[in-house]
Parts: sequence; C-alpha cells; structure tokens
Amino acid sequence: MLRIGILAAALAPVAATADGSTLKLSAELSHEARGYLQDAAWPGQSGDKLGVSLALLPELYYAWNRDTSITVRPFARWDTIDDERTHVDLRELMLQHRFGDFDLRAGVGRVFWGVTESVHLVDIINQTDLVENPDGEDKLGQPMLSLAWTTDYGSFTGYVLPYFRERTLPGPDARLRAPLPYAIDDAIYESSEEEKHVDAAVRWSLSTSLLDIGISHFSGTARDPRFEIAPGETGPHLVPIYDQIEQTGVDLNVVTGGWIWKLEAIHQTNRIEDFTAAAAGFEYTFSAPLGTGWDVGALAEFLWDDRGSDSPSPFQRDVFVGTRIAANDVAGTELLAGAIVDTERGGAFGNVEASRRLGDAGKLVVELRLFMDADEEDPLFFFRRDDYLQIEYIRYF
Amino acid sequence: MKSLPRLDRILAAALISTLLAGPAAAETPEEKGLAIAREADRRDEGYGDSAVQMQMILRNRQGEEATREIRARSLEVADDGDKSLIIFDQPKDVEGTALLTWSHKVEDDDRWLYLPALKRVKRIAGNNKSGPFMGSEFAFEDLGSQEVEKYTYKYLRDEACGELTCFVVERYPVDKNSGYTRQVMWIDQTEYRPQKIEFYDRKQSLLKTLEFKDYAQYLDKHWRAARMDMVNHQTGKSTTLLFREYRFRNGYSDRDFDQASLKNAK
Repeated sequence: MLRIGILAAALAPVAATADGSTLKLSAELSHEARGYLQDAAWPGQSGDKLGVSLALLPELYYAWNRDTSITVRPFARWDTIDDERTHVDLRELMLQHRFGDFDLRAGVGRVFWGVTESVHLVDIINQTDLVENPDGEDKLGQPMLSLAWTTDYGSFTGYVLPYFRERTLPGPDARLRAPLPYAIDDAIYESSEEEKHVDAAVRWSLSTSLLDIGISHFSGTARDPRFEIAPGETGPHLVPIYDQIEQTGVDLNVVTGGWIWKLEAIHQTNRIEDFTAAAAGFEYTFSAPLGTGWDVGALAEFLWDDRGSDSPSPFQRDVFVGTRIAANDVAGTELLAGAIVDTERGGAFGNVEASRRLGDAGKLVVELRLFMDADEEDPLFFFRRDDYLQIEYIRYF
Repeated sequence: MKSLPRLDRILAAALISTLLAGPAAAETPEEKGLAIAREADRRDEGYGDSAVQMQMILRNRQGEEATREIRARSLEVADDGDKSLIIFDQPKDVEGTALLTWSHKVEDDDRWLYLPALKRVKRIAGNNKSGPFMGSEFAFEDLGSQEVEKYTYKYLRDEACGELTCFVVERYPVDKNSGYTRQVMWIDQTEYRPQKIEFYDRKQSLLKTLEFKDYAQYLDKHWRAARMDMVNHQTGKSTTLLFREYRFRNGYSDRDFDQASLKNAK
C-alpha cells in the first residue's frame, strides 16, 4: 500500500501538500518536420528540403501559498538544418509575489502587450527568438524586475530590464534569411554599455466592459536590430545594429457584442529617424453559426508605417484578412488562416495554422506559410522561395 | 345608518378578506414563476466567494470517455453578476489556460482568456452563449452566473420529484443570442434547489436534460450539487460534472478576479 502511495505521489503532476503549497512538474516534447516547397534561393543555404527538429520545454512551478510562487522553464531545441536553431534558452525563472495591491516579479520572464493578431507593434519587453518561427511570436527570456500597482484607475507597472538579449538569427544554412549571412557574434551597439545597458519601461492599463486600454513607454536598447553590410572573412555579412530608442505605444480593444475593435500604435525616436506605425482592425465572432457549435471569427487589420517603402518592416501599407475557427469539439480543433496583402507592392504572406488534440497528452499542429509574389523592394522578397509546410506533434508530460 | 343584514355582513367580510389576500390568489403563473426564481436566488445570497475542483467527463454516443480537470473560483458581486475564474489543469495541452468572466445581469458577459504559452491575456467576445464549453454538452450559458434577470418565468404546476415535491417552472431567455427558446425547471419546495432542467432548442425540440445530484449544504445555508449530468437527446452525447472540495469564504476580492490575477492563476 505504502509503495503504491509513493509511486502515485511521484507520478502525480500536481502535488498539493498539507501546508497549502503546490508543486507542479511538467514538460513538453515537440517533434517537428518542416518541408520547404521550393529549392533555396540564396548561396550557402542548405539543399535539404526537409528539416527535422526536436524541442524540450520542462517546467517547474512551486507556490508557497496563493501569493508567492516561482516558475522555472528552460528550453532546448535541436535542428537538422540550422546550427543556429539548435539552441538553448532560459525562458523563465520568475519569482512572483503579491502583496496588497502590488505584484512583484523578479527574475527572467516573458511579458506580452498588445491586441492585434497580424503584427505585435507594442510588445517590446522581450527579444524575439527568430530562429524558432518566422512569425516572431517566440521570445527569449528577459531578465527583469517589475512592480505593478493596481488601483481603481487601472494598473501601473514599472519594469527595470538589466540585461539585453540579442535577437537569434538564422545561420548560413538556414532558410528564411536575407541573401547575405548574418554576422551573428559581431552585433554593434549604440550604447557603450552594450548588452549591459539597463533598459526601463512603464505601462498603464485599464480594463472595463467596454474597453481594454494600455499606454506604455520604453527607453533603452531596440529589440529590432537594423542591419548594415560589412566585409567578413568569408565575404560580406549583415551586421545587426542595436540603437538606443524611446518608444511610446498604445493598445486598445473596444468591445460591442460580437465585435472587438483593435488598435495598436507606436511612435519611436532613435538616432536615425522618428517614425510612427499602427495596426487597426476588428475581430467579429459568429457564435455557433448555422447550429454548428463552432466559433467563427472574421478578422481584418490595416497595417501602416509612416516610413512607407523605406520601412524595414514588410508591413507598411498592408491589409490582413483572416478567420479563426474553433470547433469546440472534444479534440479542441482550431484553425487560424489569413493573408497579409501589400496594397502598394502587391505581394502577400499567407498563413494557415491548425491544431487538434491527439489522445489525452498530445497535440498535432500543422502550419503552412506562403510568401507570394513579393517584389524586389519588399523585405519578404528574401523569403520568396521559402514556402513551407510544417507538422508538429507535441507530447505533454 | 341602517345596519347591514347579517348575510351581507358575511359577504362583505368575505370580500374584504379576498381583497386583502388578493395578491396571492390573483397571482398569475408568470408572477408565481418569478417569485419562485427570486426566492431561490435570495436563499443563496451572501455566499461571498467559493472555490471548487471540477472534473468533467465527456461521453460520446459510443460511450467513449474523455476527462477534463478544472478549478473554478467565484466572487459574489452585489447588484451585478458574479465574477469567476476558471483554470484548466487537464488536458495538458491547455494546462494553465484560464478564463476570467465578469458576468452581468442582462448585458453580455466580459471575458478574458489567458494563453500561458504567449503570456497573453486576450479579450474574447461575450456574445457567445450557446457554444459548447470545452467540447462538452454544457453551453457557456448553462455554466454562467444564473441571474434572475436573464429569464422571464412561468409557473406550470407542482409535481413529485423523487422524494421531494417540486415547482415546475418554465423560463425563457431574455437574450436573443441564447441557444434556447425555453427551459423547464424542477425546483424542490423544501430548499428551492434546481433538481432538473430540460432545454428546448430554437426549433422548440427537446435538446438536453440536466439533472442535479448529491446536494450538500455549506455554511448552513448554501446548497451545491456534487454531480450534474447533462444528456443531449439529439446527439446521444453526455457530460458529467463532478464537484469536489468546495471551499467558501476564501477572502477573495476584486484583485483575485482582474487581468493580473490571470497570470498568477496556475
């Protein structure tokens, strides 16, 4: 009996103990196969059209009580094509403590700001782990100390970010890169403190029945590098340059019935230029249309950047249209499909993501990315032969 | 003044007593239905806050089962619908996902979904009432805060329900987005607890039956069913909810039901 009891305790993912503390151990193991539909466009890129990759994301969560907890989440990936995609990161090592109207966080973690679906302009605390996925939604763990104060007039949060993470960039073998390889270890900083420059941010946010609003300001090292061509031992390279920036952002949801109207806008000042960029649109949800029990969302967003075609972003005068379908079935089947069309240059980026649960502890995710008809002026031109279909099976422990 | 004859006096007394008792005797089925719903609501007032562990067992027509583990917390809000936070523990692909709902008496609920992989709090439309919850036979509106104002009522009859006697009351959703035209409820006359609900779809056909079982009383006042069985008569599927470890008076405040609380939900 005792032996069975110990075994059961060891297997239980959640162990609530008598003193009210909680320990949770879990892990995700991802098996990924990514097939490129065309041959590579640029010299040096691998001729392999099929890449296989494994990733492991264990998590330890311990809560002393309702107010104090720690989360530890390391991450590791191994990839057959790109040595740069074979990498490790500490996604999270965060101590959280609530006291009264305050939330304190100290450690390494992830903060997300924003409301739109096609781009994330306002989100700036974390660096993008670009080798993970070209959509830029995967992020590196950011060292931080943050304190949030919640009042009847919204929540005020201050962040101190003592260490900067450089963007992960694809290696020479990889697809989804510029024609020239990146000088990955030779980043240039405006600040003489380089990655040790202490960045800071503040944010106010408020949620009501009618709206969710956030206003934020960031002061420090740009998360988006710009690139300059420089000679290297093996020929010219693209050198990432991290400027010091001041960026103010606003994000807004306005909710009426099935409509959610969305706006994100930023204004950034750096040593090269000042610019403003915005994304605005809506998501309308058809609830259980035609008696299906599905949720069907229609999404449209307009993307704008006042630098026009001088913008390093491919999305400067673009329209995003898409749909999100949740079948609300036992397998949790979901589909997100959309396209971002450049209204001036005519190219388009197509994206389909579908997922479905397999068994009690597995999930299948299919991702299709298409880069269509981008002209030479469009940054997406670099990826014009990098259409891919990816199948991922995630096993949860 | 001429005194009334004796018979007249008896009639007058009868008339006066009828007038005084009028509200009861002349109560329409609609008024009686509403009064029963109000009394049921009144009897559960003052619960303050609660937390519960919930297991959801989904069964398809072939009898194959899938289980879900969910934690739910709720906070009573004076003069408005309750606030609730539900956190998914199983299946593991949605572990840590949390849904915050500020429900309202008549207007759409406010909902925020927390996606732990992105650390993102996403506003979601509150007009979805009839969609299934997590692939179950429960719709959002079946699980949401049951405010008196969300329905109009009509008392039908008294009827035996097991060892108890029940009021049978029909109720009609006020919201046009409801998946139902009407619901027939059996409410026991002893403690005003729902015992059974039949749901009729937009085509007026019987869609589902929900039965409440294994009631237990907390804080000497609040009755909670430990088991709910929902059967869909049109698909043959069913869902059982098993509730355990009900805890009241946890000292929750609005701070435990705000957007920041979603990120600490775990």
